[in-house]
Amino acid sequence: MALVTLKPNTTPELYFECYNISPDTFAGKTLMEIADLDLHEGKIKAKLGDFFEITGSPGKTAEETNIRIIGDCSRMKYIGNKMTAGTITVEGDADMYVGGWMKGGKIHVIGNVDSFCGIAMEGGEIVVDGDAQNHVGSAYRGDWRGMRGGTIRIRGNAGNDIGTFMLGGTIIIEKDAFIHVSTHAEGGTVIIKGDVQGRVGGQMVKGDIYVLGKVQYMLPGFKKTASVEKEIDGLNATFTHYIGDLGERHPKSKGQQIYGNLYVLES
Amino acid sequence: MAEILIKNGFVIDPTRNINGDVTDIAIKDNRIVEEVGSNAKVIDARGKVVMAGGVDIHSHVAGPKVNVGRLMRPEDKLFKSPHGQDKYRMESGFSIPSTFKTGYDYARMGYAFVMEAAMPPLHAPHVHEEIHDTPIIDQAALPVFANNWFVFEYLKNGEIDNAAAYISWILSATKGYGVKVVNPGGTAAWAWGLNCNTLYDPVPYFDITPAEIITGLIETNEYLGLPHSVHMHQNGLGTPGNYEITLESLKLAEGYKAKNTFGRDTVMHSTHIQFHSYGGDSWGNFESKAREVMDYVNKQKSISIDLGCVTLDETTTMTADGPFEHHIQNLNHLKWANTDIELETAGGVVPYVYDKNIKVCGIQWAIGLEMGLYAEDKMRTFITTDHPNAGPFIRYPRIIKWLMSKKAREEVLASFKYSDKVIDATNIHSINTELSLYEIAQMTRAGPAKALGLSHMYGGLAAGMDANVGIFDLDYTNMPADPEEIERAFTRANWFIKSGEIVVKDGDVISHGNKRTLWVNARVKENPQVIRDIHDKFLKDYTVGSDTYHVRDYLVPNPLVIDIDVEA
Repeated sequence: MALVTLKPNTTPELYFECYNISPDTFAGKTLMEIADLDLHEGKIKAKLGDFFEITGSPGKTAEETNIRIIGDCSRMKYIGNKMTAGTITVEGDADMYVGGWMKGGKIHVIGNVDSFCGIAMEGGEIVVDGDAQNHVGSAYRGDWRGMRGGTIRIRGNAGNDIGTFMLGGTIIIEKDAFIHVSTHAEGGTVIIKGDVQGRVGGQMVKGDIYVLGKVQYMLPGFKKTASVEKEIDGLNATFTHYIGDLGERHPKSKGQQIYGNLYVLES
Repeated sequence: MAEILIKNGFVIDPTRNINGDVTDIAIKDNRIVEEVGSNAKVIDARGKVVMAGGVDIHSHVAGPKVNVGRLMRPEDKLFKSPHGQDKYRMESGFSIPSTFKTGYDYARMGYAFVMEAAMPPLHAPHVHEEIHDTPIIDQAALPVFANNWFVFEYLKNGEIDNAAAYISWILSATKGYGVKVVNPGGTAAWAWGLNCNTLYDPVPYFDITPAEIITGLIETNEYLGLPHSVHMHQNGLGTPGNYEITLESLKLAEGYKAKNTFGRDTVMHSTHIQFHSYGGDSWGNFESKAREVMDYVNKQKSISIDLGCVTLDETTTMTADGPFEHHIQNLNHLKWANTDIELETAGGVVPYVYDKNIKVCGIQWAIGLEMGLYAEDKMRTFITTDHPNAGPFIRYPRIIKWLMSKKAREEVLASFKYSDKVIDATNIHSINTELSLYEIAQMTRAGPAKALGLSHMYGGLAAGMDANVGIFDLDYTNMPADPEEIERAFTRANWFIKSGEIVVKDGDVISHGNKRTLWVNARVKENPQVIRDIHDKFLKDYTVGSDTYHVRDYLVPNPLVIDIDVEA
């Protein structure tokens, strides 16, 4: 197995934009070439080799390349940006945009991540053992094209705006979430195993949300329909099914009403 | 400033009928001169093409609607915003670039002058602040008039002298350049939720028709003898079958003669004509009417046009045509911003994706190019994208490539999802014309400079003109077989000299130049009625006072004022 190990030798004052840490850029390169890849600290351009101790050897293709980062990456953004294959393991915390615009492969963060984890992702898998901040699997600010595929699993808590403008894929939050889940969603599945503060499914027209804890405030645009049996992430349970957002007229529905589904676990 | 001598280049200068001759261009201070001394800095342009600095006649690059676009589209900046380098600022945005990116990108393409195409008079201070913030390029702005209450009332009563006095007041109050017409009457009708769908739909309350507004403004423009003609965005933009109203509008220019001292022959500039040359009666049977419109433009010598080519990018539409932006939002259901500007105009902003997989977008792309290829007089046909409406201005080199190479056009046609349907609805596939560099220089330099009444400063390389010179890496005698080389050469000029100062070298900006803002001061005889009307309307209808309305001089720190004394 081809493995490249990166050890950060500093914690930046500002933050690093590590858009080049990805199996796609590492594949087929020598260690010297990897050390020569660009990185930005603010507007200052530097090299990966300036701040990371790089060992190991990458594979010929992205698929065969595995990257292991040992150390604190809590100020290193864009790890695994647009990656298509291979794996990245971060043994520590990571900053914003982990696995942003990712198309394939796997990222495992043994620690916490900051905001925008898996933003506008199209495929692959992200697992975060700790907590995530805001905008997990959401669309970029202002954009109307959100997550299309793949899976994000956050083992801890998550912040607000999960799966905004989601079109496909799955997001699993194993603990609590704050507000705004699947806002504007047109597909995909969000599973929250803990509690949610509220504003779940605002303006959604398609897609599924499962909440296994409590929803503090239900939006008025959601209507209770029935109790249903569902198997979710290995758990078989009875849920109360709501449809909504009733206030949202989907512009492309051409007269036919389509709604998203919200399932809340019956206690 | 030093002297510069550009040696051995293939010079292309349509203003003097020079087509590829190897001659030298001499520059002293900020002017082109006959000869310079032996100490001049020598630039060797051997094997390269030398042209005057480009002139963009229509581009939305400054002002409130551009800024609304920037604010509402953070995603436009994503991965398209190079970091700042050394003493050069960060460049941000793609379809609605920051002021600095605007200046840098135009300079890299060798453009010297850019016209901001729609300035709401009330927001003129903002427009000038952004123009001042845009480095390198010379700029001017056209205030919009065709939905203005004053103009409606004067023209309704046939009071051309009063309309002229009002326009002269606005030009000096807003430091504007000429008369812009946007959807005459329609934007005002939009305040009632209506539009003017024909030239004879009266505007609610004012009871004036678009035809009366257009002819009245042409008459007023020639009465004042402004350097530029009326700059018109016709009614019915972007709707299938609109070529009929376009032809009708163009015909309104018949019978008027240009009256000015700036060497302009035209009385109407019809802008982004691609958006106005549609056939069919729905998006289903949408087709090109480029031939019909261009046949008329070719024989009607008092009209100039610009293309407004669709570049197949994700872009942002923004116009003072309020009802049209609402219509676009109903088509694509994306973000929409809309505003009404008191007594003057309105505006809207909506993002738009010109997608190769959509038949209509393919046809729009073809129409813009067809119009350029059908044009017989390239001195009256200019390359634009109506930036950012049909595409960002950084795509001009790509349009030049398409116009110069059938091969490049065929490649794009073949990449469409509905190639056959696009070919059926257009003529692009059967046109074999390939334009020459001389014609491109007419369409991007000499032509627009003449239509703007600026042919004494821009668009040519004769002695006495402004020293704006672009040097491009193209061998005139041996043009590249790969059309991509043409696009590359025009995207990053080898050298660009703006007003005698080298601002671009090898495609990189190396100076912030010396930008100027042009405006027209047309002085008319004092007109007590108009002065009273202005006073009354500001008191009664405006939310601001007339004393706070003016653009203060400090907002235009490097002005170049064109003075006109209008004889009564």
